[in-house]
Amino acid sequence: MDKQTCLHDKHVALGANMVPFGGFDMPLYYQDITTEHNAVRHEVGLFDVSHMGEVRVTGPDAERFVQHIFTNDVAGAEYGKIFYGMMLRPDGGTVDDLLVYKMGENDFLLVINAANIDKDYAWMLENIKGYDAVADNQSEHYGQLAIQGPKAEALMLPVLGLDCAELVFYTFKEITVDGETIIASRTGYTGEDGFEVYGSHQFIRSAWDKLIAAGVQPCGLGCRDTLRFEVGLPLYGDELTDEISPVMAALSMFVKLDKPEFIGKEACAQQKAEGIAKKVVGIELQDKGIPRHGYPVCAEGHEIGYVTTGYKSPSTGKSVCMALIDVAYSKLDTPVDVMIHGKARRGLVCKKRFYQKSYKK
Amino acid sequence: MAKVIEGLYYAESHEYVKVEGDFGYVGITDYAQGQLGNVVYVDMPEEGDEVSAGEEFGAVESVKAASDLISPVSGEVVEVNAALEDEPELINKDAFENWIIKVRLSDMAELDNLMDAAAYQASCE
Repeated sequence: MDKQTCLHDKHVALGANMVPFGGFDMPLYYQDITTEHNAVRHEVGLFDVSHMGEVRVTGPDAERFVQHIFTNDVAGAEYGKIFYGMMLRPDGGTVDDLLVYKMGENDFLLVINAANIDKDYAWMLENIKGYDAVADNQSEHYGQLAIQGPKAEALMLPVLGLDCAELVFYTFKEITVDGETIIASRTGYTGEDGFEVYGSHQFIRSAWDKLIAAGVQPCGLGCRDTLRFEVGLPLYGDELTDEISPVMAALSMFVKLDKPEFIGKEACAQQKAEGIAKKVVGIELQDKGIPRHGYPVCAEGHEIGYVTTGYKSPSTGKSVCMALIDVAYSKLDTPVDVMIHGKARRGLVCKKRFYQKSYKK
Repeated sequence: MAKVIEGLYYAESHEYVKVEGDFGYVGITDYAQGQLGNVVYVDMPEEGDEVSAGEEFGAVESVKAASDLISPVSGEVVEVNAALEDEPELINKDAFENWIIKVRLSDMAELDNLMDAAAYQASCE
């Protein structure tokens, strides 16, 4: 039996097409994926992302512990800063990608993928031994909304009573509403300006109702995936896995090798120094057809990798994909074939940003 | 409520055949297009290709997924519906009007294995 978020009944009442995702019964779409995708690109859309997990890390060694398990560098960060990065295995494979919120001195909130909550929490508890710090899984407490799109900012104060205009990209603030302290951050997973709000189930349900009443388009996981894909953002399970390191995923900028230590540092340093066998690239098809996850990629008559995510891009109409392929073929404009329904479809390696991001920095 | 049309032959995998003389027009049913959602691409065979009853001959694709097309009949593809190359969404507008391939039927007896409109409608409920 899949878990339900605190908004499950509202999705069902809206007639959402529900699918299992990450152990939860989640909305894939309400109207259709393209309509919801376009709402976020050009107006604003509302997502239930309450399935995401939250782990609070506190204690005298909290910062030292986060530095130990996290690839990005949070040392001495100001309160209100957010960092994107990964937790790695010693061999450089990715346990998960996550956001780290600096809540205070030796106080962090780690936001992790729904499907990985149990695995990640076990990983944290295993690695926290010897640190004077506590990791508390608060995933059941928090609901989370994502309000995404160029018109998101204009809704925050009038509809939700949250004054977020001064927040810059990848920062947050805590706001007290009706006696409850909620978290509002300028973050998202769509390539557009927008916010994510964390609070109790009661707060999240009330905020959802207000936004829907204000006419905001509810958006499902279908367009969440097309939106993140178009701007080249990875999804754990596709572009990052236990076997795919951030170096292979072309996400080295979030791996701070100048930190004194973290789990997986040596493996990443070695991959950077000696090179990697496979790398995540973009491919744009010249022929017709839609590349999908798992389809083989070939060149010069042999298989060189597979598609990690692919779509006919709703924003551009182009058939594009991200793929994990042999580095020998990873240079821009290298001709490769994607095998679609048994036929070779010609494509060229391209940047994995198929659509320009519009963040408010 | 999905539409069905009398006089067509229907497969369990939600394709239909409209028979005219020696030819069959093969497409997906109204029920199938409704389940699939907005069609963004139709992967079609080429004219001159052979299709076999029960075997895949292409795919109809929504944003999220590709759904195999299974031919209800055997024969040579004499025409593909070229309009679907630029406007795949025609299938959502009228799935019965917008057939996908026209086949020169090689075995009329195969039609006996398919359902009539009433049986197909019952199978969708």
